[in-house]
Amino acid sequence: MSLLQVENVSKRFGDLVAVDGVSMTVETGELRAVIGPNGAGKTTFFNLISGFLTPSSGRIIFDGEDVTKLLPAWRVWRGIARTFQITEVFPELTTRENLRIAVEVASGYRLKTWLSRDADGEVRARVTDLLDMGGLADKADRLVGEMSHGDQRATEIMMALALKPRLLLLDEPTAGMGDQETYDITQLIRKLHRDQNQTIVLIEHDMRVVFHLADRIMVLAEGAMLAEGTPNEIAKDDAVQAAYLGKAA
Amino acid sequence: MVRLDKPAEESAQSEAPALPVPGFRIDKRAADAIVWLLLLTMPFWLNWIGGYTQLGTRVVILALAAMSLNFLLGYTGVLSFGHAAYFGLGGYGVGLTLKYLVPNTLVGMGVGIVAAIVAAAIIGALIVRLRGIYFAMVTIAFGQVFYFIAYRWNNVTGGDDGLSGWHRLPINLGFTQIDILHNKLAFYYVVLFCFAVSVGIMALLLRSPFGRTLLAIRENERRARFLGIPVDRHIWLSWLISCTFCSLAGTLYALLNNFSDPHDLHWEQSGNFVIMAVLGGMRSFWGPLIGAGIFIVLEDYISSRTENWESFIGLFFVLVVLFFPRGVLGVIRRRTTQ
Ligand SMILES: Nc1ncnc2c1ncn2[C@@H]1O[C@H](COP(=O)(O)OP(=O)(O)OP(=O)(O)O)[C@@H](O)[C@H]1O
Ligand SMILES: [Mg+2]
Repeated sequence: MSLLQVENVSKRFGDLVAVDGVSMTVETGELRAVIGPNGAGKTTFFNLISGFLTPSSGRIIFDGEDVTKLLPAWRVWRGIARTFQITEVFPELTTRENLRIAVEVASGYRLKTWLSRDADGEVRARVTDLLDMGGLADKADRLVGEMSHGDQRATEIMMALALKPRLLLLDEPTAGMGDQETYDITQLIRKLHRDQNQTIVLIEHDMRVVFHLADRIMVLAEGAMLAEGTPNEIAKDDAVQAAYLGKAA
Repeated sequence: MVRLDKPAEESAQSEAPALPVPGFRIDKRAADAIVWLLLLTMPFWLNWIGGYTQLGTRVVILALAAMSLNFLLGYTGVLSFGHAAYFGLGGYGVGLTLKYLVPNTLVGMGVGIVAAIVAAAIIGALIVRLRGIYFAMVTIAFGQVFYFIAYRWNNVTGGDDGLSGWHRLPINLGFTQIDILHNKLAFYYVVLFCFAVSVGIMALLLRSPFGRTLLAIRENERRARFLGIPVDRHIWLSWLISCTFCSLAGTLYALLNNFSDPHDLHWEQSGNFVIMAVLGGMRSFWGPLIGAGIFIVLEDYISSRTENWESFIGLFFVLVVLFFPRGVLGVIRRRTTQ
């Protein structure tokens, strides 16, 4: 069974159809990229999957369960975690605290983690792991709000990962990053996918990143699905060339 | 969510020099020790500097109310302008019980606190979805309902004159009796004990994983929600905890005055709690205590000289908010970390 099945979802804002009858199936362990011009409806599509918005029509099935109408927190508990196009972190807390909160929430913030030394040690160890993995170890005790844009985005990704999600949604993880940061994040995502078999759907404008990472690509334009396939198929697709890649190049 | 001390650059400056964590810890412990030492010895040094024991008792009680409010305001990021309702419910609960029902101070306090908890739980459930200024407005509205009940229900509550004709009774612990009625010092220490237990519980809660979810909500509600934190439920819990300790303060305040005052239910009183918290610094644990101290000393000093002392407090408050948005403690802290 597929991990995520999006069936013919639409989202209307008044007269505007931001997402127009889009379907998508994501298998466990897959890395799927969603691309498309500005305003194509990519973020809205993510908002429907993560529960930030509910679809006007269509269904969303996660691991065999209809989650179309579930509140965001409930979807998180079922294993859907996301980052945002505009970084959402806890700015006046340190990187360590940001991650600690995520780790504790993931472990059910039980009394146990607070009272027992062992459980507390586990939480700390996990936070340290995440700091290392995100390349944030030397910035652990800085306030997140004061760090560079790239480090803030890395923090947000690590927070989402702290939830041990079964499906990770990344909305333009490299947006606004320099070349080195883009490279680091790309390597991180690649590692997650290759080594940990993490299922990822990501929205991305940087085509180097997309073609480097993705197993399959879905192209959205004006809310509708324009094409879907492997990176090779998408690169050769005439409609995509005309509507999107052509313009970008 | 309302963030009164929003300016980002300001906050960046005030806590900028990436605090060496161990040093910070020691500082904090030293600060705690000093605070407790000062509170424990207050009745003695207060008299030297021209105060009197009841003034100290008032400071501790109102500090408890302001710190309770700050659990919600400073640590959850939710502004309530209706905490006087729960403060006053505590006060009327204890007054009505002692006057009409049971001559037992502890039972009276229990009644006051339970009444406030029930009211806070119900009202909280109704308003927990609201945010920012809407939340604050509705807390005022609900608060005023209690004020008008106390004001209008003359034959029971004493109406505008308040509920008098009762007084606090010695606390009987079985093995011994604490004469809080005649012994001002004993009453001070009973109040300080309640304060210590309440503040201790709040501090423990804030250091727990639950407490950190409150910080998360304060910092970024959207991120909190998408980490899987049931935001509304946690705001409701924080509200309930905050109102509970505020009502305890209310019972103590009525006991101090041997009087339940309708003004204690009024939204002006809620405003005073907010002023105390912001004055002292709502991002610091002890801030509201300092704020309450300044507020009460100013009130005591200025009100003996001029009728409209509230304008002076108001002016002082505006100046603090304009020039020291992190409150008095925020300024001190910045000085010491530089
Ligand atoms: N909450 C909303 N209310 C009204 N219109 C919206 C809302 N969210 C998105 N839209 C509109 O829907 C369309 C799709 O927006 P969306 O943010 O999903 O695009 P996108 O593909 O993510 O674009 P970008 O690449 O710029 O991030 C846009 O025209 C946008 O203005
Ligand atoms: Mg977008």
